[in-house]
Amino acid sequence: MKRMILIGGGIILTAAAIFLWAQSRQTSWSEAEVVTLKSLWIGSLPALPPDPSNLYADNSRAAEFGQKLFFDTRLSSNGEVACATCHKPELMFSDGLPLAQGVGTTSRKTMTIIGTAYSPWMFWDGRKDSQWAQALGPLESAVEHGGTRAQYAHLIDEVYRAEYESIFGSLPDFSDRARFPEVAAPVDDESARAAWDAMTQADRDAVTQVYVNMGKAIAAYERLIMPAPSRFDTYVEALLKDDKTAMKAALTSDEVAGLRLFIDRAQCINCHNGPLFTNNDFHNTGVPAANDLPADDGRATGARNVLNDEFNCLSQWSDAGENDCAELRYIVSEGHQLDGAFKPPTLRNVAETGPYMHAGQIATLAEVIRHYRSAPIAPVGHSELVMIPFTQIEMAQLEAFLRSLSAGVNAPPELLQAP
Amino acid sequence: MKKQTTTIIITTVITTIIVIIGFILLMPIIGPRFIHPMMMGNQSAPADLDTSTTLLSDAGLFRVSYSSDSSPLPLNQIHSWTIHIETADGQPVEGAEILVDGGMPQHGHGLPTQPEVTEDLGNGDYRVEGMKFQMLGFWEVKFNINADGQSDNVTFNLILE
Repeated sequence: MKRMILIGGGIILTAAAIFLWAQSRQTSWSEAEVVTLKSLWIGSLPALPPDPSNLYADNSRAAEFGQKLFFDTRLSSNGEVACATCHKPELMFSDGLPLAQGVGTTSRKTMTIIGTAYSPWMFWDGRKDSQWAQALGPLESAVEHGGTRAQYAHLIDEVYRAEYESIFGSLPDFSDRARFPEVAAPVDDESARAAWDAMTQADRDAVTQVYVNMGKAIAAYERLIMPAPSRFDTYVEALLKDDKTAMKAALTSDEVAGLRLFIDRAQCINCHNGPLFTNNDFHNTGVPAANDLPADDGRATGARNVLNDEFNCLSQWSDAGENDCAELRYIVSEGHQLDGAFKPPTLRNVAETGPYMHAGQIATLAEVIRHYRSAPIAPVGHSELVMIPFTQIEMAQLEAFLRSLSAGVNAPPELLQAP
Repeated sequence: MKKQTTTIIITTVITTIIVIIGFILLMPIIGPRFIHPMMMGNQSAPADLDTSTTLLSDAGLFRVSYSSDSSPLPLNQIHSWTIHIETADGQPVEGAEILVDGGMPQHGHGLPTQPEVTEDLGNGDYRVEGMKFQMLGFWEVKFNINADGQSDNVTFNLILE
């Protein structure tokens, strides 16, 4: 009996020793892996790229004005919806809902605006190619703000005239309701469209110019909203300095194991790459269709929409020259790879921005990871996923790593509330 | 005799339990690597990959080289290349019609953009705009070159890291 205990103990000790050795082997990174980790580090984020389509992008007074508009619920048909209704600063500029709720319900989940100044494409399907063009979409959507550009021009005229003129120059007089109806825009609503069509081209352009400048002011504000450095970033910084103590303090061994899976076997990094953990491109990952919603072909329609968008980079309302619009000029606008493809969202603060996927189909991070493990057949187009088996422990490690990316917003506190 | 049998049974049971515990302990390390070797999806580039930036075209008609205006090759940023084309014996090829294609052979997808040759810079140099790579790893960039009634292809391999 004694001998058996000795043999048993010896075997357990040997197994434990092998386990510990393998664990310690896993905590060191190869040279190539260090390069990869550095590419994800927030310190690798390049300087804010200019937005040549928006002359006011870096104008601080435009940003102040944009912040007021962002929080102003008068920018809606019912006086209750502002940009901040769905992009809540306290929820990482998201809303915690599966589908965005404005004056109605949309067919997509609210995306965060944090770090979007780096993205060439906006929305899940990239149907807008600048922050200012994006901001103008929901304002006239029948289910979001539900308003019209004529209504907004009247609001600027009556409430924000002095501030508007100090930034954008003189504002036309919109008080003649015969020329400038209360409700008018090139939208689906028949009466609003009829009122719009009845206006002269010059009057329509005067209203649209104000509308465009509102978007450019909102974009100037949104450009200032960046993600804060997370524990993951502290870890990489420590790794680059070879400071083992600081590395241990930054991430637990489970989080490090999850990080290793993320950049290696789980292949998350294919699409969630760079310091914002997104390549801002479009991928079909076979996300199940949302209940009660029509099939969503994602980028296939988004690419067509952005090419035809009245506010795109090459439009008359853009301040960019033709050579500034490379993304739009060299866009892939056809092909099966666009079917059912959606933009990978940033994973910074991902634990705070559920539910997940383009229509909030998946409630928790654990279920998201299970989705990627099982790689189901896509409801539209072909999924790019391959089935990658993970153990339960590995899935928990991946989730632990994703949670280490939570760090909130890097912006002065006064920008995170109504002015 | 009976005691001995009991001992053997207990030993067997304990050994089995130890082996199972050991296996469970080692699972995260052994993991699916050996259980599903075919599903690992080896993503590393071929070891002997030729990543030269100057190549002879497939049929040997042209010697082609490329340089990027952003070095190292940037991730997720649209940028331009200059390619230089000369005949096999070193004469610059001007007035060529060039098509650009590419992708990641291990992922089975193409480029995220549709790059175009936008300018004949003279002396066999051409400007390629709209280049973009949105993933790290092994990429191919292909040029179809038509000049003086002849057509040939060249495929560059590159690793984005």
